[in-house]
Amino acid sequence: MSSVNDRGRRDFLKKSAIAASMTVAPGVVLQTLQARAEPRTTAVTSKVRWGMLIDTNKCADGCNDCVAACDKENGIDLVNKPEGADDALWERQRPHWIRHVKLKDNITGRITNLPMMCQHCEYPPCVDVCPTGASFKRADGIVMVDRHICIGCRYCMMACPYKARSFIHAEVAEKLTHTPRGKGCVESCNFCVHRLDNGQTTTACQDACKHKAIVFGDLNDPGSEVSKALKQYPSVQIRDDLKLNTGVRYTNI
Amino acid sequence: MKKVHFSEWGIESPKYWGLLALLGVVIAISGGAAWYMEHNGHWVTGMTNQIVWGTPHVFAIFLIVAASGALNVASIGTAFDKRLYKPLGRLSGLLAITLLVGGLAVLVLDLGRADRLLVAMTHYNFKSIFAWNIFLYTGFMAIVAIYLWFMMDRRMNKYYKPAGIGAFLWRIILTTGTGSIFGFIVARQGYDAAILAPMFVIMSFAYGLAIYILVLLYAAKLDGREVGDKVLFRLKNLLGVFAASVFYFTLVYHLTNLYGTENHEYERFILLDGGVYTALFWIGWVFVGNLLPIALVYHPSIGKTRGGIIAAATAVVLGGLATIYVVVIGGQAFPMAIFPGKTVLSSGFFDGVNGQPFLYSPSLPEVLLGIGGLALTLLLTFIGIRVLQFLPVTLSDEAMDPHHVKS
Ligand code: SF4
Ligand code: SF4
Repeated sequence: MSSVNDRGRRDFLKKSAIAASMTVAPGVVLQTLQARAEPRTTAVTSKVRWGMLIDTNKCADGCNDCVAACDKENGIDLVNKPEGADDALWERQRPHWIRHVKLKDNITGRITNLPMMCQHCEYPPCVDVCPTGASFKRADGIVMVDRHICIGCRYCMMACPYKARSFIHAEVAEKLTHTPRGKGCVESCNFCVHRLDNGQTTTACQDACKHKAIVFGDLNDPGSEVSKALKQYPSVQIRDDLKLNTGVRYTNI
Repeated sequence: MKKVHFSEWGIESPKYWGLLALLGVVIAISGGAAWYMEHNGHWVTGMTNQIVWGTPHVFAIFLIVAASGALNVASIGTAFDKRLYKPLGRLSGLLAITLLVGGLAVLVLDLGRADRLLVAMTHYNFKSIFAWNIFLYTGFMAIVAIYLWFMMDRRMNKYYKPAGIGAFLWRIILTTGTGSIFGFIVARQGYDAAILAPMFVIMSFAYGLAIYILVLLYAAKLDGREVGDKVLFRLKNLLGVFAASVFYFTLVYHLTNLYGTENHEYERFILLDGGVYTALFWIGWVFVGNLLPIALVYHPSIGKTRGGIIAAATAVVLGGLATIYVVVIGGQAFPMAIFPGKTVLSSGFFDGVNGQPFLYSPSLPEVLLGIGGLALTLLLTFIGIRVLQFLPVTLSDEAMDPHHVKS
């Protein structure tokens, strides 16, 4: 396991830089390489574990801001419906990294709203089953797919208990340099890894939530906002019976 | 038993080439379908982000499972020293390889990035049962090929028994491995059952034998070889036992599931209100796949006719496809319990709103790809028996038992 865990960010970025230069115009590559100048020379360490706490009480019914922000940040809005595709079918085929879910408790009838995305499991089933090792967990707890060795077998999608992953069903004409995307590969939320690797400390969904339902940060740092909130309020992991020690926690569910 | 002689498949050339051409056309169409899906992406199929494994997986898993079962006939002859089965061993080994090739071809062509096959061969995650299966499959082909060689080459005959036992053990591991692909998916109610792996082993016995019987009778009929009742009845009785065992495992699987409350919803879905999956379960899996062949095989008169036996074997094959369909696609269509104790009122990503199952309808290219796998298996088998001596010259009752009195 550890060899997978410790795969450094430099390695990953090197690969994505190659991907970028293959897929986008030269000017754009230049720009990204410049942007990558400083903080990325250090390897990812397990000193940090990125995580999230979501207060479902604050998540508003009917709001879709986090989803829209994620779609934009990660270029998901650029994935167009192929010509001739059936609307209803395509709706089930197009990728989603985050989604808004509205629940009703079967006994009490209480309504809960929450955003759902990859839970960044400490023991991720998707990583365990992946035949090639494309699905991997970084030392800082982020679970993601190396799109250069993903063969598109979709076993990880079968194994993920949260249905967090999407398969790219069609050719993608336009993509962002920091989110390489290719037909036939699988992807899922990566906690806006490109931001974190640039030294930023927030995710797009968190920034977009005006109700402050999402707190993101370093679970290993007792002083971080997310650690303090976790200490203060009772929180749960979804499907905690599976003992995956998720990086995303929920309160008031 | 007299010494067994083998010979190449002796049908007339035009017939042989016609047959190959026909299968070639089917394979070409299927290859076209695969290219179409690969070129456009999976949006042209019925597969979605909810039903991620579609019809190609049904065919692929069926063929792979049948492959290990087809070797059974040879194993009974070698590992268990049943002399009657010895002349049947060569074809059994050949079918084991060709079925596996057919199944793997479908599996690979359905990958999102089939062009990255080399990546799959060079990057291994040893925690993944899927990666292990790659070794199990290639190893299986190699060991069966060696087994066949020892079987067919007189000089190597003395090693043939250990090779046979090795192949037999390997195939048990292989089918368990295939079954475990599902066993490892703990999050999905339908798959989280220890019984799935042994059930796959017993299903493989039935499917492999059914295909074996069909191919043997077809090949023998075409070039006028005799398959005596002695051999055939032995095989068909065995088929009956296997079909009954699958039925037994089916019962145990669902009864143990019903025992655990957490699986009630899933059982309701498969057994009662799952629409097409419920229908396929009762009509396809249970009736066509289990009860009908058992009835046909043991029927006092129909069970003794070629037609009855062919019908029984065909039913096992069709029922088997339905079985795998229910397991693979039904298991995905049933919405996973992401939020136990809650009902999903709405979701931006199809989380089984109000407990509704996920939709899937197979598309034509998917079905064509699957059928192509079957055609590839047959093509390779027919070429094999034509160029090498796989078929016994005769399986007549007299040849099998010199003391046999013709009635
Ligand atoms: S939530 Fe799913 S995709 Fe994310 S780490 Fe866990 S198993 Fe993998
Ligand atoms: S689809 Fe890609 S990431 Fe997922 S299990 Fe297969 S190879 Fe790994």
